[in-house]
Amino acid sequence: MPTSFDPRQSPLYVKARKSLGSFHLDCEFTAEAGFTILFGASGAGKTTLLNCVAGLTTPDAGRIAVGDRVLFDASQATNIAVAKRNVGYVIQDLALFPHLTVEQNVEYGLTSLSSARRRERAMSILREFRIEQLRDRSPGQISGGERQRVALARALVTEPRTLLLDEPLAALDAPIKAEIIDDLRLWNQAHAIPILYVTHSREEVIALGGRVIVLESGCIIAQGTPHEVLRAPRQETVAQLAGFENIFDAVVESIHEERGSMYCCLNACASGARAPGEKGTQSEGAPVLETPLIHAEVGSKLRIGIRAGDILLATSQPQGLSARNVIAGRVVSLERRDMIICARVDCGVEMEVYLTLAAQDALRLAPGSEVWLVIKTHSCHLMAQ
Amino acid sequence: MINWQAFRLTIELAVVVSAILFVVGLPLAYWIAFSRWRWKFLVEAVVALPIVLPPTVLGFYVLVALGSHSPLGRWWQSLTGHTLAFTFTGLVIGSILYSLPFAVQPFAASFSSVDRKLLSASALLGASPLRTFFRVVVPLSTPGLITGLALSFAHTMGEFGVVLMVGGNIPGVTRTVSIDIYDQVEAANYASANAMALLLLIFCFLVLTLIYGLNRANALSTLSSREWRRMSPAK
Repeated sequence: MPTSFDPRQSPLYVKARKSLGSFHLDCEFTAEAGFTILFGASGAGKTTLLNCVAGLTTPDAGRIAVGDRVLFDASQATNIAVAKRNVGYVIQDLALFPHLTVEQNVEYGLTSLSSARRRERAMSILREFRIEQLRDRSPGQISGGERQRVALARALVTEPRTLLLDEPLAALDAPIKAEIIDDLRLWNQAHAIPILYVTHSREEVIALGGRVIVLESGCIIAQGTPHEVLRAPRQETVAQLAGFENIFDAVVESIHEERGSMYCCLNACASGARAPGEKGTQSEGAPVLETPLIHAEVGSKLRIGIRAGDILLATSQPQGLSARNVIAGRVVSLERRDMIICARVDCGVEMEVYLTLAAQDALRLAPGSEVWLVIKTHSCHLMAQ
Repeated sequence: MINWQAFRLTIELAVVVSAILFVVGLPLAYWIAFSRWRWKFLVEAVVALPIVLPPTVLGFYVLVALGSHSPLGRWWQSLTGHTLAFTFTGLVIGSILYSLPFAVQPFAASFSSVDRKLLSASALLGASPLRTFFRVVVPLSTPGLITGLALSFAHTMGEFGVVLMVGGNIPGVTRTVSIDIYDQVEAANYASANAMALLLLIFCFLVLTLIYGLNRANALSTLSSREWRRMSPAK
């Protein structure tokens, strides 16, 4: 490998435009050494983007470079062949060679070395990924997590200048996932190359850290740290991905600039379900929520996202709370999911609320119980409709 | 009773033809499997022609092409001093054309069935197309390659019309087993005809048994189809 190469000064720059039928990819970003997460629903263009970087797809326009090495530049008609890009790419179904052993798979990309050096390098990366005991097995004889490690080792042993991972852990159980992420992070502490990591799993985004780029229909709609992107989503796709169990259409009813808040009526009012003259905070009609102030006008249509874990439940009307939204409702159903209880509460609209097992015991909740929902103003996340 | 000379000649012809077809057929099949040229179907149609064409038609045109009135025939004559028609070389050329689809089609079909993602994976690991071909495409196409080789061999062993048109019936040069059997029947030597026919039958059966047996052993030693499916992570 060339010694002059300093990965810390070789960020991946991507500016790519590609039309495939009715789908248009159009984005531009720079990925520094470390993890850059491409986040988005399926069909958002994440894989197309990776294929452009790898050279499997040729963009219609744009420029792709790692450091000062240009891989693609439409204006100069530069298009380096896939085999010469030195890009590591683990595609979603791995594509391990079924007729080769694990070791042969890992050695495959090391053509320029002597066979002794090849073997040495392959063994050292197999050890790093804790799969050296599998070296004589065929890919058909090992587990999903092991295959994943083999695919990573095979891509990394060639010392690529940038690494592309397309939902590499989607099919794995959480503990195995966490182990592999640790191994990968450890590997990259030594190598420090830009890694584009495609996922649609929120857990993986949080586990990996780094920078997040959110794609929707081929465009970047948000980017920042996982915290920034997931906490303050403005777009609904982000919201669903960010784990808002409750998303409602709403209309701005009144604006109180002096208090920094506004009142929004949830979707039932839009459909006319609320009887005229009735106030919103009653169980029969659709609730009105006090939300943070954003740039909007009375009558503006918005969407409100509330996490099920951000809602409090009380069995009697609470007094003296700072929370501004206290809404009466009735428990519709209680369902145990792993170590939490998921309660559906009808308060004019149906809201999902998460409780601990202990809380359910203490409150003695059952379907039909009358409850009060407590929602802080700042737990109401506003999005464009 | 048994015309060993004809038998040897037939095997010689089949070996030479299937060996040449293997070498010529691989790149042609590779091109057919992977080219994106819009007029590719024309080439595919030409390759498949010998399957539907009567051997006499094919033999007739080969004879014309090899004769001393065609450019090819004249060139060969100026080079060697004799014509291609009614020689073993002429027979080989005719047989190659006649058996071409039996080699190329199984080759191309097995190349096409190799998962394209494996080809991408190979390129992503820095492999040239040639390395990808020999390290990935060929090993994963072995059954198709064996089948193509076996079919072109067997098909040449049993050909009749093209041999008769191009080679005639010269003992030791162009008289193959099938021509010999025809001759014996014409001369009412049914016992000889039967001996030769039985010999050809048994030989061809043995060759095919051996090849299909090999194919089976090969398939078992690599991967069963169930293992194949297990390879891609369930979504």
